[in-house]
Amino acid sequence: MSATMSMIRNMMISAVLLTSGAWPARAASEADYKTALAAAEAAEKEAGQLRNKWTTTETELAAAKKAAAAGDFDGAIRAAREADALAKASIFQATSEKERWKDMEIR
Amino acid sequence: MFRTILCPAFAALAAAALACVAASAIAASDKADPKTNAGINPVADATAFRKFFTDKFPKVKLEEFVNGPYSMDEDLHKQWEEKEQFAPYEFALETGKDMFSTPFRNGKTYADCFPNGGIGIRQNYPYFDEKEGKVVTLELALNRCREANSEAPYSYVKDEMASLTAYMAFTSRSKPMDIRIPNDPRALEAYENGKRYFYTRRGQLNFSCATCHVQSPGEHIRAEILAPALGILNAMPIYRSEWSGMGTTSRRFITCNSQTRAVPLEPQSDEYRDVEYFLSYVANGLPISGPGARP
Amino acid sequence: MASTIRVRATATGDTTEVQALIQHPMDTGLVKDAQGQIIPAHFIQQLTFEHNGKTVFLANWGTAVSKDPYVKFSFKGANKGDDLRISWVDNKGATDNTTAKIQ
Repeated sequence: MSATMSMIRNMMISAVLLTSGAWPARAASEADYKTALAAAEAAEKEAGQLRNKWTTTETELAAAKKAAAAGDFDGAIRAAREADALAKASIFQATSEKERWKDMEIR
Repeated sequence: MFRTILCPAFAALAAAALACVAASAIAASDKADPKTNAGINPVADATAFRKFFTDKFPKVKLEEFVNGPYSMDEDLHKQWEEKEQFAPYEFALETGKDMFSTPFRNGKTYADCFPNGGIGIRQNYPYFDEKEGKVVTLELALNRCREANSEAPYSYVKDEMASLTAYMAFTSRSKPMDIRIPNDPRALEAYENGKRYFYTRRGQLNFSCATCHVQSPGEHIRAEILAPALGILNAMPIYRSEWSGMGTTSRRFITCNSQTRAVPLEPQSDEYRDVEYFLSYVANGLPISGPGARP
Repeated sequence: MASTIRVRATATGDTTEVQALIQHPMDTGLVKDAQGQIIPAHFIQQLTFEHNGKTVFLANWGTAVSKDPYVKFSFKGANKGDDLRISWVDNKGATDNTTAKIQ
């Protein structure tokens, strides 16, 4: 295959990849946001039951909702995922501190 | 033995947290048996607590610890002495005295709710109410007094409660803190719960109360000098220059929580009542210095 | 109504040290209340200390002075038992004054 032909071939492959949706950076949908938000809110609810919510988790959740309301689902999903990570970290903190608090104790 | 494990402030990733756990030594479990409270020894705790601070600060007299950051810094102490000649809490104190002596609409007063007419009793709070099975703080007792006399309760974080508790603290000035833990498994559990709360890390910044007030008293956090945990509640309520006003114990617990990026609990939640119980108990014998002034 | 001014003046030799604590909100007009409404500026504009009819201390204040201001200063020429008159005027035209004996 000549150089020009392989170049054209590569361009066609790229075009196919782009239109088939296999490219990772496609625009996010509202449904994706709702899934991400539900996961984050469930995790935050669990953190609440452990009485160990973080203020930053709450801020990210609010940011996610605000971005979604403005139609920015990419941003909304980013914030929702961040909130989920924060909520999970707060749950981890609460459960591990059940034993680890003793490390700090004056005896 | 007192071991310190300093973990980095929590990143959003649980992976960082896992690495932290792996690197730390887990203390041998001395879990208290709720039925017999085996392992809960407030007397030993208080002795160890006091020794920790007097060892760490051998030049500070025991009763001086109640002055918080002023016991940690000579220059700050001088400024505070000057300010005490004309203390910023004077207005709240006067208001509190007026409030305390003003009868409720039904003719009764706060004096009717408290032993000794509410005068010179602050050092006995919090106490464990065996009927209710819970810790009762002074702020809680004041609002219950109001409600029992058909008055609306005050916010735990605003001026009215601060003024009332300022007056009651003032009538107990220099009396030694005198917290009792009755021989009741529920009381011991509440004490232990408070102790656990004090040492538990919380918030995205992963600080426990101990991180600042046991590991770093006398050191700076931004522009503030940290107070030692020993006697830290003896000066409450406090006029804080930062707040340009008076603040209750409830207010301080809540703001400390949010400063570590933890969502605060409701005022007078069990955890707050219990940690107040613990902190007050380990300060037994130290003088009440409230109402106080702080930077 | 109780005075908003607490004052203590002590003479040592020919120097009198004065301390005063004044109760005043000193609102800057930049802060919003819980409903989101601006709390209007409300602050002491002029504070005067007078001895024997002469002004010994005059302060022209703005919003940079915090709530419940505390003032401390010294001056010469007064004796124990003399009167010291303190007065203030705020931006709403309200005033208060008190007279204290130098101790």
